Parts: sequence; structure tokens; C-alpha cells
Amino acid sequence: MTLAHDVWLVFQRQMLLMIRTPIWIAVAVIQPIIYLTLFAPMLKQALVSVGTPDTYAEAYLVYVPGLLVSISCFGGIFSGFGLLAELRAGVIERVRVTPVSRQALLLGRALREVVNMFFQAVLITLIALALGLRVPAADLLLAYLLFILLALMSVTVSYGIALLIRNEAALGPVYNVIAQPIMLIAGVLLPIAFAPLWLKRVADWNPFYWATSAMRALFADHLGQNVVWEGALVTVALTALGLAWSTNLFARSLR
Amino acid sequence: MIETRGLRKVYRTKKRRTVTTVDAVRGIDLTVAEGEIFGFLGPNGAGKTTTLRMLATLLTPDGGAAVIAGADLLANPREVRRRIGYVAQSGSTWDEVSAREELALQARMYGASKADAKQAADAAMDSFGLTSFGDRWCKTYSGGQRRKVDIALGVIHRPRVLFLDEPTTGLDPQSRVNLWDEVNRLRDEGMTIFITTHYLEEADQLCDRVAIIDQGTIVAEGTPAELKREVAGDVVSLVLNGSTMKAAEVLSGQPDIWVLEGQQTDSLRLRVESGSAAIQQIMRTLDNSNIELGAFELHRPSLDDVFLAKTGRSLRDA
Repeated sequence: MTLAHDVWLVFQRQMLLMIRTPIWIAVAVIQPIIYLTLFAPMLKQALVSVGTPDTYAEAYLVYVPGLLVSISCFGGIFSGFGLLAELRAGVIERVRVTPVSRQALLLGRALREVVNMFFQAVLITLIALALGLRVPAADLLLAYLLFILLALMSVTVSYGIALLIRNEAALGPVYNVIAQPIMLIAGVLLPIAFAPLWLKRVADWNPFYWATSAMRALFADHLGQNVVWEGALVTVALTALGLAWSTNLFARSLR
Repeated sequence: MIETRGLRKVYRTKKRRTVTTVDAVRGIDLTVAEGEIFGFLGPNGAGKTTTLRMLATLLTPDGGAAVIAGADLLANPREVRRRIGYVAQSGSTWDEVSAREELALQARMYGASKADAKQAADAAMDSFGLTSFGDRWCKTYSGGQRRKVDIALGVIHRPRVLFLDEPTTGLDPQSRVNLWDEVNRLRDEGMTIFITTHYLEEADQLCDRVAIIDQGTIVAEGTPAELKREVAGDVVSLVLNGSTMKAAEVLSGQPDIWVLEGQQTDSLRLRVESGSAAIQQIMRTLDNSNIELGAFELHRPSLDDVFLAKTGRSLRDA
């Protein structure tokens, strides 16, 4: 029995459960529409003040990549709640006595979360494309790849935190305290170019800032820029770390 | 089938830098034979579930050794997992899937192919009598139905040993008896069953052998009958029509009768080694002495008496 087989089994069941809970799908569809309609008009005006042409196409070029990073963070960081709920319900214990790989139990769940977020990302880009966004297909595919890694990173970090804290009541505030500053100085809503110098130096330590820069460069078809490979490198490294940390923690603390 | 030596578990809790340790299980030696229904009886917090979870590979022991169905628990937990089934105290199904889907998934987790898993699920649906409700979502099941599904899941891969953690807790009397039937059926198919319980009747009626655990150690072990005999013998009450004094006199010389416990004007209370053997002797002796026996009653000591004798407390209060 291989790891891939086990991951597939866990993932399949998780997807089935998601499809059978229609509210999930409704939220997944409505959220991106809200993001696009409620913030893009404001951003468009703000960008005009720094000399960007007054079109939605230009605003989306800045906003959509930022939105993708934001979804990858906020969509993933709360995944630990689901994990704790399943631990409590005993469904994880039942499969833990089977020879199934411990890593697969976590990975299959993480992939479900990633698929859910990816679905939203695709939906957002499709709507934005319909509304005037223009981005080369190859760049978009690379951006998606980066997105998937980011999503996997936040899910696994979220799982790790949940396994350390093990208390649903404390988990919400902890997630918020971590995710909010990270998002504020990642430049996802307003480009970090608006920030004073000291804040830019702080942002240098934020992996999501690097990811946002890389994502924007990809959308702007600036494939050759250093920020692209820098952002990709930071993301790959941290995703690998998050994955290793949470799966080991899971396998160790739950045996 | 199960053999443990000195199995231990210590829980550590840290509070403001002071580490408190609780010896949950303090060195347990057990031998469970193949095809046995072995009961682990004890009050809540005695270490039953901790021991069970160690044997089922869910907790790492802090000391000792165990071999389960031929596989070493510490060296090769993965192999142990292949050979055992485990049913937890709380439910173990997702709400929005059917029992049939759960059974098929569980079979696949043990490595069955898709087709084999479907077949195993269909077979389990029949043999556990799940067909009438097993295609509905699990969240619609009653407590008894849920329990049946849990057990069907635990044995989907035909394990050699099945661990059941307080399987009848929270069940109504009818569902409890149904579950006992189910457990007996599995045993008849050759499975070894290890069950924890705090119900005296369950240990008494369902289990072939019982170990009584208190505060992390085993205080008594044997068949329910052995355990009860070891403690107290049986009590026989006789109702006599008048000649109590004479009856006491003739009976006290008999070998099977240990003590005359109480004597009232028309009744006698005797402590005997074995009630069934003693009754014949009593009737013969009284008949020979022309004493008329009005009625008799036989009291077997319960496992609670055993617990009381070993720990000084009643299981019902513990």
C-alpha cells in the first residue's frame, strides 16, 4: 500500500463529504464574487491617484493576484478547526487503527482544502477575465502553481497549530492573531509600495509578501523579474517545512 | 493470542512548570487465549481504556511488552494493526455517508481492491443485519444501529483479535442483548475478543474470562465462576417449619458446608462451597433426619463481591 493510494482514499472521502454539504459550495461560490464586487471599485480609484489608468483591467491586474494570495492564507489558516472536530468525533481514531499511513490521513485532508481554495481561485480569475482582466495563459498557470503551494502551506501550518493547541475555543483567536498581520503587510489589498520604509522592511520578513510580489509579476507578464523566482523559492521552502512539521507532529502525537 | 508483560503507561501533565505524573497503568500481565471473550472489568478511571488503547496501537506504552496475534506491539505496530480490529467507545462514522460506504472505505484502508471492498461491505451488511437502514446516512441511525455499524467496521478485514471499548455503554437493554449475541457470533467464527466494561452483568454473562482492574493494576483474574467461588462460596437460605435447631445441628457436620451464618426461628443461612452440590446434600440430610424443608434459595456471589473483597470498595461506588 503506497502513500499515494492512502492519500487518495482519504481525499476521496473528504471530497464526498464536502459535496454532500451544499453550504460549503454556496460559500465557495459567493465569497469570490463578494471580494471582486466590493473592493475592486475602491482600489481602482486609489490606484488612479498614483497614476494607474482608470480601468478595471488595470485594477484587476493589481487586485486579483493579491486576492489569490489572501484566499490561500485565510482560506487555509482555519482548516485546523475541521481537523480537531474530526479528532473529537472519533472518525480519525477509527482509521488510525488501520495500517493506513499516518501522513496520508493528514495529507488527504490538506488536499481537500487546497482543492476547495483552488476552485475559488479559478472562479475569481474567470470572473475577472470576463470583466476585462488580461493575463497570458502560461503566466496564469504558473500563478496557479504558486497558489496551490501557498494554500498547502497555510493548511499544513494551520494543522500544526491546531495539533499544538488542541482547543477549539482558543484556536480562532490564535489563527486571527497570526493571519491578520501577515495579510496586512503582504500587500494583498493595497500594494506595499504605499507603505513607509520601515513597514517595507518588516514586510521583507513576511513570506506572503514575497508571494504577493511574485504573483503580481506573473499577472503582469514580468516572468523575468527576480521577485518571481524569489517568491517561488520562499514559498516552496516554507511549504516543504510546513508539510514536514505538521505531518510529523500528527504522526507523533497521534502515533 | 494476546500476551502482555509489565505493560505500563504514565500520563504527564504540566502546570506552571510542575510536572505531575499519573500512573494510569502500572505493569499489567495478561494472557488471552485464542477464541476467548476476555473481559476487562473495572470502575471508570481504573486504566481499562488506557490499556486497551495501548494494545490497539493508539498509545505508546511507557514500559513492558506485548505480543498480539503473533506481532510485537512495540517493534511492529503496523503489523499488529493488520491483525486486529478496534471499536472505540464513542461513535466513529461521518454523518453524511451511509454504512455501506463506510464499510467499503474501511475495507480499502486495509488494502482491499475496490471490487473486493464492495463485496466485503455487502457481506457485512447482510451478516450484521444492516440492510434495512445501512444505505441511509449515518446521522439518521439510532444508538443501537450505530453500534452495529461500528462493530461491522471493526471486523471488516476479519481480524484475529477484536478490541471493544465499553461496547454497550448507553445502549438500551434490548440493544445490549443483541450486541452480546453479535459478539458471541464473532467468537464462534474463531475471533478472539477483548472487551472492557464496567457492567458486572456483562462481564458475568458475556465473558469467558475476566480480569478485574483497579488503579492501574489487575487485582483478580479468572473465569467469572472461579472468581466468585474464590471469594465467597455460595449462600443457601433455607426456610424450615419449626425444627431449625435440629437442622442446624445435623447440617453443621456436613463437609460441603462451611459456616452457619444466621439462624432465626424458621430459617437458616448457610455458606457453602458450591451451591448446586450443597443443595443435594442438604436435602438428603434433612430428609434422613425427617426435617421438613419449606423452601430454599441459592445466592451466588456477584463479581461485585469479588471486587469488594479485593479492593475494599464496591464497584458500584468506585
